[in-house]
Amino acid sequence: MSSWTLLDRCCNTCWHSIDYPCRNYIRCRIEGPLCHDVSECRDKRLRRLKEIKYGKYGFKIKVPMASCTIAAGSKEVYKAVIDEVKSRGIRADISITGCMGLCFIDPWIELIKEGMPPAIYANVKPEDIPKIINEYLNGSVSSAFALRHRTGKAKDEDKVPLLEEIPAWGKQVRWVSRNCGIVNPESLEEYIAYGGYRGLERALKMKPEEVIEEVKKAGLRGRGGAGFPTWLKWKICRDQVSDVKYVIANADEGDPGAFMNRLLAESDPFRIIEGLTIAAYAIGAKQGFIFVRVEKPLMAERLSKAVEEARKYGLLGDNILGKGFSFNIEVILSAGAFVCGEETAMIAAIEGRTSPRQRPPYPATKGLWGKPTIINNVETLAHVSLILAEGWKEFAKYGTEKSKGTKMFCVTGAVKYTGAYEVPIGTTIKTLVEEIAGGVKEGRKIKAVQIGGPSGGCIPADLLDIPIDYHTLQSAGAIMGSGGIVVIDDTSCMVDVARYFTAFTVVESCGKCIPCRVGMKILYDIMTRITEGKGTEEDLEILEKLGNIVKNASLCALGGTAPNPILSTLRYFKDEYLAHIRDKKCPAKVCRKLIEYVIDESKCIGCGTCYRICSASAITKTPQGKYRIDPKKCIRCGQCYSTCPVNAIYKR
Amino acid sequence: MDTTTSNVIVKRIVENIGYDRRHLIRILQEIQREYGYLPRETLEEVSRILHIPLSDVLTVATFYHQFTLESPGLFTIWVCMGTACHLKGNAENYDYLRTILGLKEGEKTTKDKLFTVEKARCFGCCSLAPVIVVTGPGIRDLYGYVTPRDINKIIAKYRSLGLKKLKER
Repeated sequence: MSSWTLLDRCCNTCWHSIDYPCRNYIRCRIEGPLCHDVSECRDKRLRRLKEIKYGKYGFKIKVPMASCTIAAGSKEVYKAVIDEVKSRGIRADISITGCMGLCFIDPWIELIKEGMPPAIYANVKPEDIPKIINEYLNGSVSSAFALRHRTGKAKDEDKVPLLEEIPAWGKQVRWVSRNCGIVNPESLEEYIAYGGYRGLERALKMKPEEVIEEVKKAGLRGRGGAGFPTWLKWKICRDQVSDVKYVIANADEGDPGAFMNRLLAESDPFRIIEGLTIAAYAIGAKQGFIFVRVEKPLMAERLSKAVEEARKYGLLGDNILGKGFSFNIEVILSAGAFVCGEETAMIAAIEGRTSPRQRPPYPATKGLWGKPTIINNVETLAHVSLILAEGWKEFAKYGTEKSKGTKMFCVTGAVKYTGAYEVPIGTTIKTLVEEIAGGVKEGRKIKAVQIGGPSGGCIPADLLDIPIDYHTLQSAGAIMGSGGIVVIDDTSCMVDVARYFTAFTVVESCGKCIPCRVGMKILYDIMTRITEGKGTEEDLEILEKLGNIVKNASLCALGGTAPNPILSTLRYFKDEYLAHIRDKKCPAKVCRKLIEYVIDESKCIGCGTCYRICSASAITKTPQGKYRIDPKKCIRCGQCYSTCPVNAIYKR
Repeated sequence: MDTTTSNVIVKRIVENIGYDRRHLIRILQEIQREYGYLPRETLEEVSRILHIPLSDVLTVATFYHQFTLESPGLFTIWVCMGTACHLKGNAENYDYLRTILGLKEGEKTTKDKLFTVEKARCFGCCSLAPVIVVTGPGIRDLYGYVTPRDINKIIAKYRSLGLKKLKER
């Protein structure tokens, strides 16, 4: 488009260019013009800001384009919106946006018209589009899922809840994820219009030491898992004497069940880049890297695009904002290895090698190519940009005495409303799981929550009142980790869950140190034995003893936390282990070697659906016209169980 | 494999990216994009022109999950092994898929070279669990809420698509 954007000069009085950047460039975009008082230039900005909000013609349609919404069908919805707008000649701006984190309403769209309440429609199908647009343009919002705010001008407005009135949204504190699902993630202009880059502008007017002090006052701790104070890492690195230093953004999100980093990077990538630039300024680095997981291609694409955009407008490169600070970012695609989330393994991957190494020396003193390096999680960096923009007090308002601020959590598994939610640290697990995510489905009982992925542990239902912070979780046998919370109900077997995580770490162990490589394999074999009904009570002692050995003797954090799922389930769910060992029974009827599929002949209607679908030919017809499963031939795929029209098949 | 052509391709890739050890992973990623896997000859060539021992190249090529040393089938079926997918039955789906494709232990690719079955790490679409993804030439289709019944349909769909493609060749 050729029309004027906020990023351009307003008139010839403005002398800003990439070669001679103005140090007030960012603030001037929104509040300006700062250097000359011309109402025309001021109006130009206001007009453009309004355009960003409502579109050029006063009507804007937003369609989310993140991996999760695309998987749920938002690409087709996007196409349907374009077709509808074109064929009916509606004057509207169609814009992409990121993901709000409310997975259960995917794919959604938002319609915003001046004077009308911004309305969000949930679980939209392409064929619904004409109806939705029609209704909204006719001044009604009756079929909307929620409204961002009310205007009192639309029909049926009071019948639709506000977004805040929905617990899944209203009980959150959207601090770092505030832009997700609102801005266009590919537009630097929109990011700045919504307050972006104010943090960097402020940081560059401070001394690097003052930036570190600000982060220290905020009390920000690493959001990647271990919770190390961010300022301390920076200070150690700042104090190193070296002409070359590096900063790395850890976007190698590998925990199964965690997707908050992906969501953030796909929905608000500039915030991460801004945070990384501030970190580089604070420690004195000129080169940065963003290490992205190869399995999450859209995340890499968005970050790469954002880096290019920032470079185009002088927010990366030489003499950023006229303060003489130069910085560049390279996006690196990981080749997929869970251990790369560990600092030294990530450094090895960037160098083109493999495996973690012994620490100390810590990367802050000796990191990438032997130079002082800091590695921060992308969520940490996003917090940094906001702390600098709004001041440490705004951040420290939330959280507990020892752990300040908010944290994003992904709640998945057996809950009603799967999603990525941001809450203050110290919120109880109960609030998060039962109030925000809606609890488990009707008729089920929550058994445990698994926090922290393969390095975390399982916390039983009766401990759900504990607040989520670094200390309490650790003493309960779990860790905060990156923030993945998997809710487990009574249809899951805890021994099987622990075995699953052990299988994960066995595959992901890099093999460098013996405790992790051999120890985990032995643990896995024992777990398999137990789930097959061949375990002994002595096995439980070995699990505990060996688990602690692996924990204490492993080289890196992967091995150091890998036995947690076993140790925590042993601590809280020993009775389930004993049921497998003594009674050879799986109480939740999950472990396949310990169950049998049986047809209840009194319920069977003899339709033969199971017979036709069985791929192991294990089902035969009885002389009475019913069917029967031969347990010797049955491979326990559960196919008949899920297709029987009268639920005559049960597990024993 | 024709080593002269593969050498030219490897050289072009390395020239584009840079003659430096630190680019090794990117170079291997590009080679895999070209071939769909890492042919032995290309690894030898990388080792020769970057002056890295072949054992080092192989260390990297076998360490990271993205790389595969065997030529895959026309379609790769990725079964997500994330926590949410596991709890909702993807381990059963995985076994079922392997059974109906007739894969024996240690095998990943069907004899007709149509399908490769791989375990995948989390795709970050946990709300759709259990998830499987099918990739192939110009294809990346994601399926959510998968049951064994859906798997039958999915296999049938790609089998007919695949046979058509093989005929065109």
